Amino acid sequence: MTALALDRVSVSLGGARVVNALSCAVEPGEWLALIGPNGAGKTTALRAIAGLVAYDGAIRVLRDDARAIARKELARRIALVPQVPLIPGAVTVREYVLLGRTPHVGYFASEGRSDHEAVDAALEQLDLAPFARRRLDTLSGGERQRATLARALAQDAPLLLLDEPTAALDMGRQQQVLEIVDRLRANRNLTVVSTMHDLTLAGQYADRLLLLDGGRLVASGVADDVLTRELITEHYGAEVLVVDGAVVPVRPAQ
Amino acid sequence: MIRSAGARLWLPAALVFLAAALLAGVLVGPVHLGAVNVVRGTFAHLFGLHSPLSGADDAILWDLRLPRVILAAIVGGTLAVAGASYQGVFRNPLADPYLLGAAAGAGLGATLVVSYAPASAITKDLLPLAAFAGAGVAVIAAYVLGRSAGATAGSAALVLAGVTITSFFTALQTFVQQQNVDTVQEIYSWLLGRLATSGWRDVGIVLPYAAVAWAVLIAHRRMLDVLAVGDEEAAALGVNVARVRLLVVVAATVATAAAVAVAGLIGFVGIIVPHTIRLLAGGSYRLLLPLSVIVGAGFLVFADVIARTVMAPAELPIGVVTMFFGAPFFAVVLRTSRRTA
Repeated sequence: MTALALDRVSVSLGGARVVNALSCAVEPGEWLALIGPNGAGKTTALRAIAGLVAYDGAIRVLRDDARAIARKELARRIALVPQVPLIPGAVTVREYVLLGRTPHVGYFASEGRSDHEAVDAALEQLDLAPFARRRLDTLSGGERQRATLARALAQDAPLLLLDEPTAALDMGRQQQVLEIVDRLRANRNLTVVSTMHDLTLAGQYADRLLLLDGGRLVASGVADDVLTRELITEHYGAEVLVVDGAVVPVRPAQ
Repeated sequence: MIRSAGARLWLPAALVFLAAALLAGVLVGPVHLGAVNVVRGTFAHLFGLHSPLSGADDAILWDLRLPRVILAAIVGGTLAVAGASYQGVFRNPLADPYLLGAAAGAGLGATLVVSYAPASAITKDLLPLAAFAGAGVAVIAAYVLGRSAGATAGSAALVLAGVTITSFFTALQTFVQQQNVDTVQEIYSWLLGRLATSGWRDVGIVLPYAAVAWAVLIAHRRMLDVLAVGDEEAAALGVNVARVRLLVVVAATVATAAAVAVAGLIGFVGIIVPHTIRLLAGGSYRLLLPLSVIVGAGFLVFADVIARTVMAPAELPIGVVTMFFGAPFFAVVLRTSRRTA
């Protein structure tokens, strides 16, 4: 059973076709990275999968047509970590992570013991237990990133969507977060779809890469097949060298 | 359930504050009644027992002071919880219960009645009704206008529509007032808020709306926490954002309109009370909404005590008191909390 399947998915925003007939399938436990230059449609594709933007074509989530899945049930299957999460003022880390339980709690009901246990587990797994009572807006960028990730974990969804999970982090924190995601993927058998800016990291962590340009899928496969000098030059307009899977920019010859 | 340490500390503290306010509200006045007699007299009425107070004193307690204090409590609690809810659904710290034009609409309704309705007996019954209707019309107009900008425009369009409607209705209200200069005094006193009431009629008018609204808003406390992460993230967490926003706005607006109908325009309660609670007890709506009802109620009762006593036997308009004493108090809270945070 595929975890996620896109069949000719197109999204138009303000009259412009941002995602164009994108098809792909993701197996359970797989990590798929969406790469491509700015404006390629990576984030929009993620938003379509999360049901946050109208699309043509079909998306299947764990065998079911996503359009036929109620919003709340969809949130039990898909957790999204946005690129720049909106940080609410004056709430604690624990209160924030507890929001991840929303799709599991009735409209007027309150969280029960299992919800609080899920939050404790998520805080534990991201080493946030000591921060539980701290105010979220007093945390550093990397700690907030982990808090948002904990919220997504508390959501207990088999599919995890990450929009540029490392964009605001330094090199060490980038590696840390991606290692955490990889460990969680193994522990909880999560399926991960992430957009990635850093091609080297995308190649190191994802099982498979999809290269988008102008909303279209232009290449897909393992890192060695997609991260080639020719493809990157063509679609990013960048002069690079690819050395042992690392994509290194070089200055164009004068 | 509310299970945080904050709830265990702040809920009892707020209840003590409210109890102190209520007691001060019934005790302060030209006739001395005595705390014990006041409490026993109140229970006597509630349970049909014999009151320890004399006939005249009993009437002062039951027909004058208690209705006024209870009215102040209901109006204060309503304005505070409505303000907190508006701030939540619009993610705007400056939102107050009058954001979508409720005050301007009620003002126009009241001004029309005072200016054009004949005999004063009818006016007195008609005024709350006209204010309520005016508030309702204004908010519905703002909502329709805001939604016509498209669902994707979200809460910003709604706020702008509220500003537009407020300007328009205020212009109409000012125009009507200018045409009827002889009624300015009466309109003005209504616009500044007043809790002058005798008997329980006004309490009866506002209580059903307030009780339903409190229940609906407090039931949405968890949803308001979710909305704090933004419409898109809330939707990704499985929440129907537009429906939650509509329900909360309707409940908060109906209660505000009812409060305005009986008490006029009392400013600042919907901003100062929720923000004071946020600064002291944290920003989660689970605690903020119930605390807003309790603290808002106590705050307005205290404000009314000041309004009645500062220039006795004359009364200050309560809207002046909430702003004059509320602003410096809020300034102090703002400064101290910044130092400790």
